[in-house]
Amino acid sequence: MGKVAAVGDVLNALVLLANFVLIPALSYGAQLALGALGVTLIYAVLRFSNFAHGDTMAFGTMATILATWWLQSRGIGFGPLPTALLALPVGIAATALLCVVVDRAVYRHYRRQASPPVVFVIASVGVMFMINGIVRFVIGPDDRQFADGERFLIRARDFKQMTGLSEGLTIKTSQGLTIVIAVLLVAALFWFLQKTRSGKAMRAFSDNEDLALLSGIDPRRVVMTTWILTAALATVAGTLYGLDKSFKPFTYFHLLLPIFAAAIVGGIGQPVGAIVGGFIIAFSEVTLTYAYKKFFAYLLPQQWEHRILDLGLLQLLSTDYKFAVSFLILVVVLVVRPTGIFRGRVL
Amino acid sequence: MNYLLGEDMTGGYGGADILRGCTVGVARGEIAVIVGPNGAGKSTAMKAMLGLLELRQGRVVLGGEDISELTPQARVARGMAFVPQNANVFVTLTVQENLEMGAYLRRDDFTATMEEVFALFPVLAHKRRQIAGELSGGQRQQVAVARALMTQPSVLMLDEPTAGVSPVVMDELFERIWAIRETGVAILMVEQNARQALHIADRGYVLVIGENRHSGSGAALLANPEVRKSFLGG
Repeated sequence: MGKVAAVGDVLNALVLLANFVLIPALSYGAQLALGALGVTLIYAVLRFSNFAHGDTMAFGTMATILATWWLQSRGIGFGPLPTALLALPVGIAATALLCVVVDRAVYRHYRRQASPPVVFVIASVGVMFMINGIVRFVIGPDDRQFADGERFLIRARDFKQMTGLSEGLTIKTSQGLTIVIAVLLVAALFWFLQKTRSGKAMRAFSDNEDLALLSGIDPRRVVMTTWILTAALATVAGTLYGLDKSFKPFTYFHLLLPIFAAAIVGGIGQPVGAIVGGFIIAFSEVTLTYAYKKFFAYLLPQQWEHRILDLGLLQLLSTDYKFAVSFLILVVVLVVRPTGIFRGRVL
Repeated sequence: MNYLLGEDMTGGYGGADILRGCTVGVARGEIAVIVGPNGAGKSTAMKAMLGLLELRQGRVVLGGEDISELTPQARVARGMAFVPQNANVFVTLTVQENLEMGAYLRRDDFTATMEEVFALFPVLAHKRRQIAGELSGGQRQQVAVARALMTQPSVLMLDEPTAGVSPVVMDELFERIWAIRETGVAILMVEQNARQALHIADRGYVLVIGENRHSGSGAALLANPEVRKSFLGG
């Protein structure tokens, strides 16, 4: 091998990056984007940061898992796709019911009192603990695997055989599904917001509440629609995350930070911002915690390899610090550009 | 014959009364203008007629029916349209979406109304896909009035429609308001630009600290030396 890396080495390096950075970050980013969309919708319409959103995702996933188990016990499956997809409508319905009931029982009271946003935020922390308790009580705090069907779209071994490269590319069904479903769901959401009467009323209410009332827009309907949309987004995001990794209630509580970071980086209250923010956070986390040693080993001349080995793994941050990445981005955005990329509201 | 009448209105936002027994009325096909110094309760009188303020005394009558107990939303549903002074358009929505939201309560086909409104404000027809927040101040005021017209109201209430626009734009707006009057709408307007507003007014009310000081036809008020001296700057 000469001084310049061969074509095969370059391809191997790119496949390596696709396998460990691009694909995981794309599916994680899509999951964060769906979560951030829920946070941003609540912020746009109800004007508070919903800290219960992570646990709402956990609740939705739990409901979906229970329905999945029931379907599985009846011998009903979805062929190569996970049975959980069939169970999603049940999960969404249960979560929508939960959100609407919580709104009636908790948030409506504070709306009538015209409480400041901080009161809503603190109330949502209470709701968070409550939902968290329900989820642990019903399904337990342990890890739950509920993925079934075909596990891989592309296996590493098949990929190697097909291409003759020494690096394999793996695409899990859950990763492919995450991206496809996220695209479909986001398209449907934007169609709803841009084209339907209820969607426009939601945007109008978010834009100027007084004028919306003067135009005869019913605030109760707008609030209800918002909770149902949020419940659907949270359930789908949570289920996709659970299929991709595994379901553990505590993990969903942790997801709150990257989700909020995504919503704020994009500009809170701006749906497009939530999506862009989701991918920014996901790619930052994955690229900063990936060990690039092997990648550079492919690209750099052989005589350099020993020096690279001496440098260690070439990992900027240990994966233990991945939450620090979202936190850091969050702080920088709040200091430098508090409205986020797409000029959302200032928290 | 008054179509909308606020009679002997007394009240305020808790605390001291801002309105002290003032009476304001307007007939269909008429423009009534409320003028007066700052803090006279001009906007408050209008808001009271829409139900945004609870009256301690007095009543509001619309088309012969006492509507004093109705919510603002219910009054809007009965044909009252209101254009606030500030934040009177949906800045993140397009011009057309603003009009659609104006027609939110209508379940019939309102495309004909929208075309009528666009005929009245031709500039907006060209900018119907533009975001309302990106328009100039004068165009925004047009969107605000256009939005209110989408319900085909019998009463149009305007809170200082010409605040902060250039004299040319002001003349143009008054011209449009005159055209709306021709369609038989009762128009009630609060105005800082008292002289120009009284020129197009069928009726004028001069309010001072929540009470009626002078009233009469626009021309009569303009001719009244006391009104000229105290409120129109000579």
